[in-house]
Amino acid sequence: MGKRHLGAGLAVGALLAASLAVPAGADDGIRSGYSYMTPETKGMQDDDFQNPGMIWVDDGEKLWNTVDGKAGKACATCHKDAATSMKGVATVYPKYDPKIKKVKNIEWQVNNCRTERMQAKPWKYESGQLLAMTVYIRHQSRGMPMNVSVDGDAIPFFQAGEKFYNQRRGLLDMACKHCHADNAGKNARANLLSQGQTNGFPVYRLKWQKAGSTHRRFRGCNKQVRATPYKAGSDEYMNLELYVAWRGRGLPVETPAVRN
Amino acid sequence: MAKARVKVPKSVKKGEVFEVKTLISHKMETGQRKDKKTGKKIPRMIINKFVCTYNGKEVFTSDWHPAISANPYMAFFVKAGESGNLDFTWTDDKGKATKKSAKVTVTG
Amino acid sequence: MQTKEKTMIRKTLEAQRIGRRDLMAMLGAGAVAAMGIGMTSREAQADAKAVAEAMKKLIGDKKPAAGKITLDLPQIAENGRTVPIAVEVASPMTDADHVKALHLWADKNPRPDVATFRFTPASGKARISTRIRLAKTQNIVALAEMSDGSLYMAKSEIKVTIGGCGG
Repeated sequence: MGKRHLGAGLAVGALLAASLAVPAGADDGIRSGYSYMTPETKGMQDDDFQNPGMIWVDDGEKLWNTVDGKAGKACATCHKDAATSMKGVATVYPKYDPKIKKVKNIEWQVNNCRTERMQAKPWKYESGQLLAMTVYIRHQSRGMPMNVSVDGDAIPFFQAGEKFYNQRRGLLDMACKHCHADNAGKNARANLLSQGQTNGFPVYRLKWQKAGSTHRRFRGCNKQVRATPYKAGSDEYMNLELYVAWRGRGLPVETPAVRN
Repeated sequence: MAKARVKVPKSVKKGEVFEVKTLISHKMETGQRKDKKTGKKIPRMIINKFVCTYNGKEVFTSDWHPAISANPYMAFFVKAGESGNLDFTWTDDKGKATKKSAKVTVTG
Repeated sequence: MQTKEKTMIRKTLEAQRIGRRDLMAMLGAGAVAAMGIGMTSREAQADAKAVAEAMKKLIGDKKPAAGKITLDLPQIAENGRTVPIAVEVASPMTDADHVKALHLWADKNPRPDVATFRFTPASGKARISTRIRLAKTQNIVALAEMSDGSLYMAKSEIKVTIGGCGG
């Protein structure tokens, strides 16, 4: 086993090393993570019934209509039918919020509604409830093109996200871009590198055997290059989420996508 | 509690063989994983039995082991007899059952 | 030495360093991936023998014939934790002639048992689809018990990708 990994590791090392010396530009247009999946994984996403991510859609719908908190409200009390009120929301998030003078994502907005309007406790990041609600809200925009705003007040946050994306980090001294921009479409060991697009998030990941958020994925990537990950919901990841959403502009929202 | 989804065609012709798809949310804890913090094994907790009856009669059953993935997906076939109910039961290691029912309308 | 050459040498050295670092990481990742499925190397001893034993418990010394079973497996499983499979046993599925049971094993899983499916003539067709966990590249073994007592067996290899980046 050790020997096999040694060989494989060497091969990848050589592959990455070789490609690092080559200028960027392997990028062949904006591609959803979907296009990198095997026919079986695609099939799991294509059929709503086979897609295990739909469990989270169902859960989210129940929570949408469930009264919680001292104000005696459910999401539906103010926002009525999510199919109408939440349609398109996923395409413009994350977005700049002038009240907090920061970029917010859907998870943040859900918890803000809970604490401010519903007087309910915020949900923990990556909790079943927050995932289900995020999946449910984003699902209402399925098929619509990603179209985040990176103008005006959002500019510094977009730039911070871009800087994060291109910044080397961790023991491997690698930036997001080394895998997902410069080498997307190539194999790192047995792993086909995607562009790291977020249009299907939260995704049902075969590896996790559950749904997971964009920030969980960011943490995983950061750990993989042996860097200390930031907290889910941190400013760093909010800005990165904005930048990565912009990279995927025009891609259809696929939530809940199925990925390996 | 586990949540189940089932899918059967709305109406089928008598004698027609149709596919039944089921999905249930469950961790299917193998009993071999270790808790990262305590180092202790997480006890096995899986759905080990799936039963489908058609108008009260068993039509398809299955025994599952930990090699069945989390959020088990099970699809199989049923031959249309009389209109009525397909009843599904998933039973876990503690004997706790999750039930779901679907109506089948048989024409012709 | 010309600057251009110096740069090239520096780049080569850098590349080598990255290669070594990467190797360390990949070793780690591989080990983690193997552990993650829930097995340790000692537990991963189940093999063809274990499947043969399990089969013997069911059918004694009877020898199953080849044929009738179609294993519909992906060529490569993208992730061993969720591998979609379908299995079909050819049969008229009448009262007189039908498939009673289909057993599945994965011969290199920590525990080879996967599932048993029991059919009736009211099943109409002996075909199932599900998703299974596979610790590594291995054989899927299927045994079908027919209503007349005859037995059929099929075996097919499925390649499992180890790893997958990130957590």
